[in-house]
Amino acid sequence: MQVLIGIAGKDFVLTAADTTTARSIVVMKHGEDKSRLLNKHNLLLYTGEPGDTVQFAEYIQCNIKLYEIRNGLELGTSACASFVRKQMAESLRSRGPYNVNYLIAGASKKGEPELYWGDYLAASQKMPFAAQGYAAYFVMSTMDRYWRPDLSLEEARVLLQKCLDELKTRFIGNLPEFLIKVVDKDGVRIIA
Amino acid sequence: MARRYDSRTTIFSPEGRLYQVEYAMEAISHAGTALGILATDGIVLAAEKKVTSKLLEQIVSSEKLYVISDHIAVAVAGLTADANSLINHVRQQAQRYLITYKEEIPVEQLVQGLCDMKQGYTQYGESRFIGLRPFGVSFLYAGHDEHYGFQLYQSDPSGNYSGWKATCIGANSSNAQSILKQEYKEEGIDLESAKRMALRVLSKTMDATTLGSDKMEFATLSKNVKGKVVFKVFKPEEIEVLLEGENLLQAKEEEK
Repeated sequence: MQVLIGIAGKDFVLTAADTTTARSIVVMKHGEDKSRLLNKHNLLLYTGEPGDTVQFAEYIQCNIKLYEIRNGLELGTSACASFVRKQMAESLRSRGPYNVNYLIAGASKKGEPELYWGDYLAASQKMPFAAQGYAAYFVMSTMDRYWRPDLSLEEARVLLQKCLDELKTRFIGNLPEFLIKVVDKDGVRIIA
Repeated sequence: MARRYDSRTTIFSPEGRLYQVEYAMEAISHAGTALGILATDGIVLAAEKKVTSKLLEQIVSSEKLYVISDHIAVAVAGLTADANSLINHVRQQAQRYLITYKEEIPVEQLVQGLCDMKQGYTQYGESRFIGLRPFGVSFLYAGHDEHYGFQLYQSDPSGNYSGWKATCIGANSSNAQSILKQEYKEEGIDLESAKRMALRVLSKTMDATTLGSDKMEFATLSKNVKGKVVFKVFKPEEIEVLLEGENLLQAKEEEK
C-alpha cells in the first residue's frame, strides 16, 4: 500500500511519500513522515514491515551521524547508499532480516542530484527516477514517458503530479495525502 | 626502581610513565631514517635501508616503503616484522571501508584506525593477555583524498599521530627534523623541490660514507596526467639520476 516516489532533476531530487499508516482494513493515522534525514544533504525514505522500517531507518541515521561526529566529514550520497546496502546485505543472512524497501535521495556533491533505489534483498541501484510499493507498477511508465534529464523544479513537480493523478485514477488504494520534499545543495525542505 | 615495572606493558610507573612504550621508541631510534615531505602537488617518502646488498631483489621485497591502498603508502622505521603485521591490518581496514562505502578511506581515518590498534596494545592487548608488548614501529603515512588533498601523517608506538608538512623518524631524526625546519618554505613547495630537499637532508644524516641508490628507498605519491593518484617507487637507476642531479654522488666521492 505504501508509496515512495523519487525524481532526480537538474540540481535537486524531488521525493514524495504517502502519509497513511494502515493495518489491514483500518487507516490508523494520517500525516506520517516516512523518511529520516541522514545528514544535511541526504534523505532516506522507507516502506515495508512496520517496526522494521523505523528501526532500520533510525539505525542508519544514527550510524551516519556517528560517522560525521567521529570524522568531521559529511558522508556523500553514494557512500550513504553503499553503507545502507551493506547493512541490508548483512541483515539478509541474519536471524531476523529487515523487511524494508527504501529510496535514498541526495545532493551532496555540490548539489548534483543522486537517487538510489534499494530493497530488502540488498539490491541497490542508482536511478534517474524510482518508486517503491504498488505505485511502481503505475508510475514508472508515466515517468518513462515524461522524464527528461535537467528537469527544473516546476517541471518535476508537474511530472510528480501526473504520477499522483495516475494513482488516483488507477490504484484501488486510497492515498489522500502525500508528503513532498526537495533535496538540493541547501538541504532538505518540504514543499506543497 | 624502574625495573620492577618493566615487565608489564599495561601499567604506569610511579612517575606516571609507560616504560614499554618508551623502550619501543628507543628501538625505533636505532632504525633506518625515514623522512616525508609534503608538496603542493604530491608527497615524497625517502628512507635509508639497513639491509643493503646489490643482491637484494628490490622490486619484490621492500624494507621501508609499503603500499596500503590505491591512494595511501607508508614508510616504516622500527622492527620490520612488527611493521608487516600492522600493515596487513591497515590494508584490510582500507578494503573494509571500500566495501562498505565504495569510496577510498579518508587518510586520517586510516591513520586513526591504526593508532587505535597501537594504543590498544599499550592498554589491554588484542586477546586481553598480559605481557604483550607494544609495536616497535613508527610510520609515515603519505596519502591523498578528496577532502584534504595530499596529506602526511606520523604515528608512533604510543598510538599518537599528527599531520606534518615535513617530518622524519628513525635514526638521526632530530637532526634531520631541524634541517627540514630550516629548509622547508612556509608557503609550500612543489614536488620537484621536495624530491631534491629529501635527498639533500638524507645525505646529511645517513651514516654511509658513500651515498648510493642501493642504500635508500625513494618514492613519490602524486597525481598522473589523468588525475589518478599514483605511488611511484624509484628504481635504483632512477635514484642515481636524482642523486647526480643534486651533485650528491660526486660530492661524496670527493669526500673520500
